[in-house]
This record gives sequence, structure tokens and C-alpha cells, in this order.
Amino acid sequence: MTRIQVNTADHPDEKHIVAAAEALGVAGLRGCRRWAVYHLDGRLSPADVDRLCREVLVDPVTDTAVVGPPPAAPHVVEVAPVAGVTDTAARELERAAATLGLGPLRAATARRYELGGDLDDDDIDLLMRRLLANPTIERSSRGELAPAFSPEAATGLAVAAVPLAGLDDEQLADLSRRRLLSLDIAEMRAIQAHFVACGRDPTDAELETLAQTWSEHCAHKTFKAHITLTHTRASGEIEVSDHDGLLAALRRATDELDVAWLRSVFVDNAGIIAFDDRLDLAVKVETHNHPSALEPFGGANTGVGGVVRDILGVSARPIACTDVLCFGPADLDESDLPAGVLHPRRIRDGVVAGIGDYGNKLGLPTVNGAVIYDRGYVANPLVFCGAVGLLPSGSHPTEPRPGDRIVVIGGRTGRDGIHGATFSSAGLDAAVAERAGSAVQIGDPITEKGCIEVVERARDLGLYNAITDCGAGGLSSAVGEMGARLGAVVDLAVAPLKYPGLQPWEIWVSEAQERMVLAVPPHKLERLRELCDEWWVEMSDIGSFSSDRRLVVRHGGLEVIDLPMALLHDGLPRRTMAARHRDPVPSDGEADALCGVDPDKLVLGLLSHPNVCSRAPIVGTYDHEVRGGTVVRPLVGPGGDGPGDAAVLKPLGTWEHDMAVALAAGIAPRITALDPWAMALHAIDEAFRNLAAVGADPDRVALLDNFCWGDPTVPDRLGSLVRAVQGCVEGARRYRAPFVSGKDSLYNEFEGVAVPGTLLISAIGVVADLHRATTSALTSAGHDLWLVGRGSVCLGGSLAAEMLGIGDTRVPAPVGEPLGRYRAVHRLISDGRVTAAHDVSDGGVAVALAEMAIGGGLGLQVAIPCDGIGAGAAANDGERASGPIATLINEAPGRLVLESPATERAAVAATLGSFGWRIGTVTGNNSIEIRVDRNGSNRDGDNRTGRDGTRNHGTSSNATAEVVISVEDARRAFGCSEARP
Amino acid sequence: MKRPPVLILHAPGTNRDQEAGLAVQAAGGDPRIVTVDEMTSRPGALDQYAAVVLPGGFSYGDALGAGGRLALELRAWLGDELAGAARSGRPILGICNGFQALVKSGLLSTPESRGFTLAANASGHFECRWVTLSVEPGCRSSWLEPLRGSVIRCPVAHGEGRFAARDSSVVAELEKAGRIAFRYLASGSAGGNGTDPAAGTYPANPNGSDHDIAGLCDATGTVVGLMPHPEDHIVDWQRPSGPPGAQGSTVFEALVDAAR
Repeated sequence: MTRIQVNTADHPDEKHIVAAAEALGVAGLRGCRRWAVYHLDGRLSPADVDRLCREVLVDPVTDTAVVGPPPAAPHVVEVAPVAGVTDTAARELERAAATLGLGPLRAATARRYELGGDLDDDDIDLLMRRLLANPTIERSSRGELAPAFSPEAATGLAVAAVPLAGLDDEQLADLSRRRLLSLDIAEMRAIQAHFVACGRDPTDAELETLAQTWSEHCAHKTFKAHITLTHTRASGEIEVSDHDGLLAALRRATDELDVAWLRSVFVDNAGIIAFDDRLDLAVKVETHNHPSALEPFGGANTGVGGVVRDILGVSARPIACTDVLCFGPADLDESDLPAGVLHPRRIRDGVVAGIGDYGNKLGLPTVNGAVIYDRGYVANPLVFCGAVGLLPSGSHPTEPRPGDRIVVIGGRTGRDGIHGATFSSAGLDAAVAERAGSAVQIGDPITEKGCIEVVERARDLGLYNAITDCGAGGLSSAVGEMGARLGAVVDLAVAPLKYPGLQPWEIWVSEAQERMVLAVPPHKLERLRELCDEWWVEMSDIGSFSSDRRLVVRHGGLEVIDLPMALLHDGLPRRTMAARHRDPVPSDGEADALCGVDPDKLVLGLLSHPNVCSRAPIVGTYDHEVRGGTVVRPLVGPGGDGPGDAAVLKPLGTWEHDMAVALAAGIAPRITALDPWAMALHAIDEAFRNLAAVGADPDRVALLDNFCWGDPTVPDRLGSLVRAVQGCVEGARRYRAPFVSGKDSLYNEFEGVAVPGTLLISAIGVVADLHRATTSALTSAGHDLWLVGRGSVCLGGSLAAEMLGIGDTRVPAPVGEPLGRYRAVHRLISDGRVTAAHDVSDGGVAVALAEMAIGGGLGLQVAIPCDGIGAGAAANDGERASGPIATLINEAPGRLVLESPATERAAVAATLGSFGWRIGTVTGNNSIEIRVDRNGSNRDGDNRTGRDGTRNHGTSSNATAEVVISVEDARRAFGCSEARP
Repeated sequence: MKRPPVLILHAPGTNRDQEAGLAVQAAGGDPRIVTVDEMTSRPGALDQYAAVVLPGGFSYGDALGAGGRLALELRAWLGDELAGAARSGRPILGICNGFQALVKSGLLSTPESRGFTLAANASGHFECRWVTLSVEPGCRSSWLEPLRGSVIRCPVAHGEGRFAARDSSVVAELEKAGRIAFRYLASGSAGGNGTDPAAGTYPANPNGSDHDIAGLCDATGTVVGLMPHPEDHIVDWQRPSGPPGAQGSTVFEALVDAAR
């Protein structure tokens, strides 16, 4: 056995750990020396070890190595992956040794931290637990840690029968809990009845297969349930309505639109829509919430891997990733942290690193996203991972045939990821880390990259009749679903394992990452094997599809499973659920509190709010350039300082025309508690106006829904979910935008407290000419500024109301007929009359204007009419006119700011008509000047040019509010730390 | 005109091969993406290519340091052939991960005398942003000669790109030998093309490289490597802002011209 440890001078982790320790309150840590530790088990001479060091492990300029036992150091912590957790460095070291002609040897890795300074045992213990190691996937110890090599020999294989006959309800419920099945009593009874009729007990693998296939995660029991909603209006009026399936309602909304450019929606791993006359786009968004709560890096890492496999699962080549993240406040006091929960900062840093790691390594640009901080996400962070792919129209085969081989390609199967599907179908609590253990994994993007290369080529060569990813439920779900109408015979003894010792049921339900399952005609196996060899992808032929509609699984001579497909896919009892929702009584709260507010400070405060400020520190760690097709980036303007509204992508392989893809997101969780129906429409509108801001065609937008809610068996949680779905259905109608894919993640609860109901709307559209795509950054002094859409007097759900503690519960009315304005904006951008465009969202119009100035490095001078005054203003929003401050900060939907050359004034005015009006000018004087005047409405577009020079900074009264801040101050508040370009 | 065949070498985890291919294609070359295994299984296969590009990505997952494992494979299986190609004047270009592999393989300097490396970025994390580069006027590379003194804008996207020398004499020697090929420049006003040195300041020098060094060539000038991605700026719409020109395509045009 050989131990080698390597220190790299100035390793970034060292600085990071000292800084993070201080944030944890361990001020005594003076320095940290980090060593990479390699344990080698094999016959190695000293010369061999020297060669390994020189050629592989040690850089001659930056590294120092110690071979053999480490020299003593005062405070030492060593951390190593738990046996079975992906350890790519160990695997690569074994392979590198083989290249050098050394070995065979087995490798294991660890990290060693030598901590300096005045530390007591409590300090070190805290650092170990909270910073250096994560017990979900790592072992740690004070001092030297012995390596844990993968087990060498198999233990006895066994298939156990699970006695079900004669169990009463209580015993059935107990069995479901003990085995982490997440099945309710009706479901347990259905299983019991089946096996009683068969006259035998189920095997462990059969029970597990049913639990995976019937899990909320896989079967969407709530979204298919019959639901009765009792809805109490603010007036006290009560409506009771029956809902025959939320999923069906969303599908119906899409079907009713009868859109010609849809290819495949709701039925496959991802939605497919037409792009040009040759190619289609595949799109999917997933969540990976529970795993990210426990092991942020691995959870987010495998979240990206999973959604990319969904794209592969419809035979598309992945071309981009997106991420929307919801965390607890980064500055949360340690004492406010529930036991068993990681600090939001650690979750955020791990999640961001995990997303970057996977996307960057796959060579996919991560181009669009959002980050939201809210106390509601402390114990339940939400991690939405999206992916887009491209495939030739009609190239995705979906019909497996009897006799087709069942082929698994990609990673090996290990004990990692067992019970992922059932684990995510229950709430979290303080002890979940112990229970979940193997449900969380670390990804291996390079193996997945190989799968991408193989699948694209295998598709083009017509080597398979069907394909799906091995995700939740592992082989049990993938094979079970693919063979649902046929039947399948599988021999698990053939499946390549990461290490021996897995029981048959573990192999069958393991959610080990980076695997795809293909149905391959026998005569095409050889060609597929050649492809896999060429791209370094492992392939195994584990069985074949039959025609008897039975699922038969063996492990060599052991009989593991023999179930009718009908039980798996049609045997799940349909749920009947009760939902309750009560609309809050509208109140304008403390709106009068706005009167004394200093508008300058308010706007700067909003710009520096964690939910508004620059995302550069996160976005800069994602590769958003790879594949060379990013036209509009997440950060825009000459210095990359401004926030992008939507990403615009020009896919490789489509450079013969000028069309591009636009991706955007909308999310409005602050509104859910006030009005989940309106929330859904606000989220849809945000996604739409983000697309509009880059010039996408509003008549070719497809939507995706991702619902993250709490325990749906609690009636008021389900009630708000039903209302949100109803909002989505209404949104599809109003915006004439079909839903093409969706996913629900329920049970986002921690010890009975649910996450704020969070709906992510993702939108994908088309920009006809990428050269005309616009960004939010102002371009030229002297250009006109236009505001599209009217504001609202309602501040409910706005960021400013939350920041100022105003208890306004009135949500701005959703836009009744939104398409007119978006079509007008689209026409202007397509005609090249618009030089910048930005949506008005968090922080209202003042923040939107400031962001445009920040992005462009230019000033502006505008006058905005007071909301709630003038014709039509009161129709939507209630009784009284708004104050001028509220005009700056309200978050009414349907609004955009446009920049346009003054020479285009007449054309812009004519196209916008009553949808918008000119509010001012871009200036070169480094000053953001916004005036709201209750009496000086200028909706006719007649801008005052010469204003009197006696302006006071930050003034407000009942009649006027005036913001005058420098672009520099705005940049600083927004978090642009660097010197101006 | 004849399109010279250009090998785009693909290792498991390589991911900017398609863009590199597109850039070679646009420059008049005939790009062929071939895996390392395919090349190593056919001794002499390298002879049929007039130039070699080692594109960006995360070869073998970079699990043992960026480019380290690919460097080992290159040395073990292709070292002689690549060195032979370089001696015969066939241009070899390593971009990002390809540059890391060239540095660690000894193809840019003999392993024994290697006094420099590409270390973790000074910021401690992956950096993706656009930078401005000079093609150094004193660079000895004959195939880069037409570009000397010109400016290129293109993105960087890496976690380990900080050029670090053992001591200042190493840089002085590289400079004297004309082996510094690319340096980071301060970006000009409004994101335009600057000409002032980045002088070590972030983010113009995105990773903290000593002496703003972004790319090198070997002693013959045939083997060139750089961290930034010229293949991601071959048409105007790829550039986020700033005046037209300064495209990275010039690098590929020079490579293909030299390969004819």
C-alpha cells in the first residue's frame, strides 16, 4: 500500500476555507494547507511511485509531494468519499497507471487539511461538519483516515420474499415506511390484493419496482388525481368544483390551441417543437431539490446530468442548459438554522459549483436562469435544471419491437442513488441525511458526454427503435416503461457493476447516473458496440423485449421478478383528494408609509437587494460561450454589467440561416400566498416579456411548467396548487402559448413546513433574425426611451413592499389581452427600430431603467406619469390613484422599456399606439433621472426638454417623486465592483 | 483551392471540437474530428494531416489536473509522431485544455526543463468572459507571423489557466526566445479593442497570469498554445459588443495557410 499526498501552492480551497471559517464564527483559523491524498494498492517499486508522481500527480512548478506517512501537524482533518460514491480521480489514476504500464492497482483518494492557528476541539469539529466534509457522501476524521477501497468480493446474492398476506392496514403502512416505499394505504392494499390472488408473496425487487413505478416522482399521482376544490372568495362566497386531473387540464389547454409547430408534447422525456424546416427543438426542465438540500454539489451536479439525459431520451443533441435557483437568505443567522439543515450560503455555493461543473464539462452553455432568496427556502432549496436539444424532424424512434435487445450504455451500476424516486416523494426532516444516504450521488459528466456522442450517431445510423434515460427508479422504470406494451426479459447478472456485492433488487432500482436504455434490433448490436468503443462508452446487453406483457427479471439462475405489465402501469389506484383555498381579503396595508420615503435610497436599496443585484459572480463561473452560438448572454452591455432578459442561441449546424432560439423564465413566488391563480399568470407574463425584450416572436412561444409545492395531502397546499394550475390553463389561452412539457415536485417540506408554492415557467421562442436581437443595455445618448404597458396601484407581492414591510395584499391584475403589445414590440424589433429593450419586473420601472443605464454605461432622463391616473387606469386596479413612489416600484405585468433612435419616433409611436408612450431620453451625463409627476402626465409623448434647474435629489411628496442618482452609484449598488469599461 | 486536412483530436471529455472544426472549415481547411483511441490504434495516422488542433474541453474529466491525463496519453502514444510533425513544420495548435495538455506533455518545452505551468485561476473559480489579446510582435512562430502585432477578442472559459513561472528568469528567457505568443490586453473603451497591457489587473487578465501571458509557442515556433478561444469568434454576431473585427478566425486562417 502506498500513500502519496500532494500540496499545490496557493490552492484556491485554502483561501476559501479560511474565509468560510470566519463566516462560521471560527476566527481562530489562521491558515489551511490542503493536500490531495492518493492511496495506491498494488505492486509498485519506488521507481514506479516516482514515475507516477512525475508524470501524473505532481506539477514541477506548483506542487510538493510527500510519499509515505505524512509528517505530523497540529490540527489535521482528513476527508474521503464514502465507499461507492463516484471517485473519478481514483478511476483516472488507475487508468493512467495502466497507460504507464504499471499495475494493476486500485486507487482511492482523500483530502487532508492541516489547520493552523488557535483552535479548540469544538472549532475543529464545527469546521469538519460544516465546511470540510459532508457526511451524506463523505467520511472524515481527525488525523489520518484509512482508505476504503471498493469491496472486492461479492457477498451472497439473495432474493427475499416480503410477506404481505394477512397484514392489516397498520402493518402495511408500517412496511411502506420501513422500506422507504412512500406508498399510501390504498396502494399497499392494491399490491397485497394482487399477490394474494397470485397465491404468493412479492419478492423484495417486485415490491421495490412497484414503489418506484408508482412513486409520486414517476407516476404523478397528485396531478392525475380526482380533486375537489373548495374555494372561498374574499367576499365569503364559496365555490366547490371538481377537477378531473390537473395534468389533463394542462394538456387540454395545449390541445385546444391547435398549434401547428408542436411535434411531441407531454408524452416523452422532453417536449419537442419545430425550429426550422429541417430541425426540431427538444426542451425539458427538471428539479433536484431534495438531493441538493443534502449534498448541494452532487445534487445540482446530477440535476444537470438528469435533465440532459431527458433530452438524449428524445434522441436530441443537447445544446444548452438553464438553471433557476431558490435559496434561503445568504446572510441568515446561524442560530436561525434548523438542526440538520445546511446553511443557505453553503447550499448556494455548492449548487452553483455543481451546475457549473457538470454543464462546463459537458460543453453545454448555461445561458439563462434566476436566483431567488427567501426565508421560505432555508430548509428546502429549489434547484430547477433545464436543457434544450436539437434533432432532425422525425428522427426520434419510439417503437420498441418484440425481440429487440435491451441495451444499457454509459456508466456502471452502483449502490448510489437507491430510493431516489421514493425519497423525493416524501418530506425532509433533521434525520433525513442518514436515511437518504445512498439516494444522493456525484455526477460523472465525462461519461455522459460519451453517451451524447454515441446517441447522436446511433440515431443517425438508425441503430435503435426506442430510447429512454435511466433516471428515477433506475432500470425498473426505464425497462418497465419502454416495455409497457410488450413485456421484457432481463438478466441482471450481465449488468456491469461499479463494485461487486449488489443485491439483485439494488441493481434493478439503482439510480446510478449517466445511463441510457435503448431498444436495439439484434442485427444492429455490433454496429452500436463499435460506436460505443470509439467513444469510450460501456455497453451491455441485459435482455430483450418480449410480447407477453410480463416483466421477467433474473439474476443468473435466481428468479427476481415476474409481474404483469398491467399491474405496473394500470394497477395504481387513482387518488381522490380534497383541496381548499381561501382568497385573502384585499388590503392596501401601509401604503401611506411610502410618503416619507427617499426615492434615491429606495432605488439604490432595490438595486442592491439580493433578488435584484448583479448575478455576475454566479454567471461568470458558468461557461456561456461554448458551442459558439450565444448571441444574447446572461450579462449584457459592453462591460457585461447589465442583466440579460432572455438568452438567444444560434445552434451549431444551423448557420445557413439567421433564425435563433430564445430562452427565458418567469417566476413569482412572492405572489403565491396572495393569489396563486394570478401568480401563474404573472410568471407566464414575465417569461413572455423576457422573450419579447430580445425580439422573439410572441406567436411562437412554447411554455414549460414546473411546480414545487408542499405535501399535497394537506388540503390548503393542494388548493393553492389547483389554483396555480388553473392560472396556467388561463395563461395558455390568453397568451396562445401551449405547454409542451412539465414536471411537479411535491413534498417540499421540512418538518411540516412547506416551501412557498413555486411555479417556474420556462419559455422557448424563436428570433427570426439574430442580427436584430436586442439586449437591455442602452446604446446611444440622444435615443428615445419608451414605456410599454400601464402600471398598477397594487403593491402586493412586489419586492419593494416586502422590503419596506408594506402589507399590501392587492396583486396587480394580470394582463387581459397581452398579445397585442407583444406583437407591436416584436414588429418594432424585427424592423430594426429598437436598440435596447428591458422587461419591468422585480423592483418596478425605476429598477428596470437603472439596469438599462448600468448595462449601457449611459445616463437617462425620463418623466413617468403617475399610475392610476388618466383614462382606463382605474379600470383594472381599484379605487384610488397611486402615489408617485408607488409608480416607481410597482410590478404590474406586461411592461417593457424600449430604447429607439429619435429618427424612428413616428414609426414607434404609430406601432405602439396606446400600448406605450415616450418617457424621455438617453443621456451621456452619467446620471439616472426619473421624475414622476402626478399633475404632469405626458402620455401624449410631449416631453419637456428644458426643465428648471432647481431639482432636489431624492425628493418626494404626494404630487411628485424624483430619483436622481449617478450611474456610478447605481453600478456600485448593483454590485458591479470593477472599474468601468 | 485545396483544403488541407486538419486533425481535430478528440479525447473523452473534449467539447470545443465542433467549433474548432467550424473555424478550420471557414478558414479553408478540411477539419476531421478523430478520437485519441482511433489515432493511437493506427501508427503513422498523423502523417495524413497537414496540421493538428487540440481543442478545448475537459479531457478525461481533468480529474488529475487539467490536461494532465491527455498529456500522458500524448506522450505515451503520440509523442514521437507529434514531435515529428512539429519538426516538419506542420502547425500544431492547442486551445485551452489542448494548451494545458501541450504544456504538461512536454511538447512546448522539454519536461525536465519545464519552468512554467498553468495553475488554478487567481479568482479560485472557473472564469467565462471575453478578453482582448495581442499577438505578440516578437513571437517567433512563423505561421503566426501574419498576425504579429494584431489584436484578437474572444472568450476565455477555464478554471486552470493562470500562467505561472518558477521565477522571473523563466519569463525573461521565453521573451528572449520569442516564445510568448499571446498576452492579455486591457479592453478599450466601450468594450472595444484596447492596446494597453492588462498589467495583471482583473478581469482584463482573467486568471492572474504572470506577465499577462495568455499563450506560448515552442522553440521551433510550430507548436502554439493559448488559453482563450479564438474559435468562438469567427463571425461578428458572436461578439457581445464593440466594433467589428478582431476576430479569432485569423488564427485559423494562418494555421490553414501554413498547412497548405
